[in-house]
Amino acid sequence: MTAFFQSLGMNHDWAWGVATIAGILLIALPVMLAVAMAIYFDRKIWAAMALRRGPNVVGPFGLLQSFADGLKVFLQETIIPSASNKGLFLIAPIITFTVALMAWAVIPFNSGAVLADINVGLLYILAISSLGVYGVVIAGWSSNSKYPFFSAMRASAQMISYEVSIGFILICVVLWAGTFNLNDIVLAQKGHGLGFLNGFAFNLLLFPMWVMFLISSMAETARAPFDLTEAESELVAGYQTEYSSMSFALYWLGEYANVLLMCALNATLFFGGWLPPVDWAPLYWIPGWIWLFAKIAFFFFVFSWVKATVPRYRYDQLMRLGWKVFLPVSLGFVVLVSGYLMLTRYSA
Amino acid sequence: MIHVIAFYLFAFVTLASAVLVIMARNPVHSVLWLILAFFNAAGLMVLLGAEFIAMLLVIVYVGAVAVLFLFVVMMLDIDFAELRAGFVRNAPLGLLIAVILAIELFVGVVANSAGKASLGTADGSGASPAGASNIEAIGALLYSRYLFLFEAAGIILLVAMIGAIVLTHRQRSGVRPQNIADQIARRPGEATINTRPDVGQGVQL
Repeated sequence: MTAFFQSLGMNHDWAWGVATIAGILLIALPVMLAVAMAIYFDRKIWAAMALRRGPNVVGPFGLLQSFADGLKVFLQETIIPSASNKGLFLIAPIITFTVALMAWAVIPFNSGAVLADINVGLLYILAISSLGVYGVVIAGWSSNSKYPFFSAMRASAQMISYEVSIGFILICVVLWAGTFNLNDIVLAQKGHGLGFLNGFAFNLLLFPMWVMFLISSMAETARAPFDLTEAESELVAGYQTEYSSMSFALYWLGEYANVLLMCALNATLFFGGWLPPVDWAPLYWIPGWIWLFAKIAFFFFVFSWVKATVPRYRYDQLMRLGWKVFLPVSLGFVVLVSGYLMLTRYSA
Repeated sequence: MIHVIAFYLFAFVTLASAVLVIMARNPVHSVLWLILAFFNAAGLMVLLGAEFIAMLLVIVYVGAVAVLFLFVVMMLDIDFAELRAGFVRNAPLGLLIAVILAIELFVGVVANSAGKASLGTADGSGASPAGASNIEAIGALLYSRYLFLFEAAGIILLVAMIGAIVLTHRQRSGVRPQNIADQIARRPGEATINTRPDVGQGVQL
């Protein structure tokens, strides 16, 4: 894109700056739109699983429900509790929302169609997702209220626990792909399964890693069945209890942007990202971003499906799963994968 | 030009937030300023072209260490008066540490201007080739020239981890923890019986 703006007569620095801003808008605005639609589809899927109709009043099939909700919260009054820490109370939702959008910078939408093609892409994702916890923790503390505080405690312990196993799972993928760059990881998956299926998930050694990554990504985004940070039966609404209007909506949007990001990561790391599912030439005529969107939509359906059907975990069960099951298993798989690669690929 | 602006921005914010870490009245604010300082230090690392170090700084310090700090500090019952009373008592020790750190910085700068330390590569052929990424260069160095130091660091961390577990582990009697394997292995036949008792006889369990 820099070259395009240079052809309009800008020098390189200006063209780069304008291209970057255009790229940010090209990613952030569709993500926002996708979040609005994701909320709608989420509600429709739960409704279908509970034999209800779901949102069906605003617009055709209720498609505009999310926008109506957005307008509603936008017009509401922002209530700041008098005992809260005002500055931090207002910064917290901004952090959550910003961080949820930042990680999209390294997701490749097509061959080379990525905002920041950096060679530490996966580490960047890890770094950004580790920042996500601050929005929740600061909200819980600055609200100066019991339930948000409990929720913040839970959130920080939960996210740290699952980040460890996610780190090991990602190391397995990186070992196999031989790079941290997400675009190269996608390319490394071309024809990986049986010579014609695109995706690391078709590898017997990496398939268990994908299953664990899917579950960990639900825990990392605090989605059901791991939504203990906002367990309504115990904590009212968790860290969001004291929030209202737009500051609440930012959490809402940020949560869904994070869920979509995790779906995109599932697709990119294990199911070939923008590659078609089968390595067959005519399928490459369909643009890569359509394949990526289809995969994201599929994983989003899995997320809603799980949320609609699986009961919530108990907190000690959540910790047990993270530390006693996922951590040792993923650590074992790091040894297994690196051992296998040493014996095959690198045994020169 | 933009490099210079970015450097001074990151450097200024790092220093300012580092000062605010010790000036803030509220320990939670201190930790948050510390996080900002880490983050801007990571920005400086990116400017140096050490993106791997920058990402590690964010993942390890911002993502894990500072969260644990925050976790502990948030749960403290803070008595501000007592905190300020301790300032005079602890000031000499703090000053001593500050002076030692300043001397170390000074020695480092002098040594660097006298001649750069050559980190080199595994076979001693000088710096890593341009074009090789950070990660590859660091990996090649860590697993060859600094292999034993690296392994030693790993063993020290392992010992520290085991030590922490041993120190904090306690056996409590009188609790009945959930045994997941037992629960899953249990079959309906072990837990339920079908009986057809006569009227007025009841069931013997």
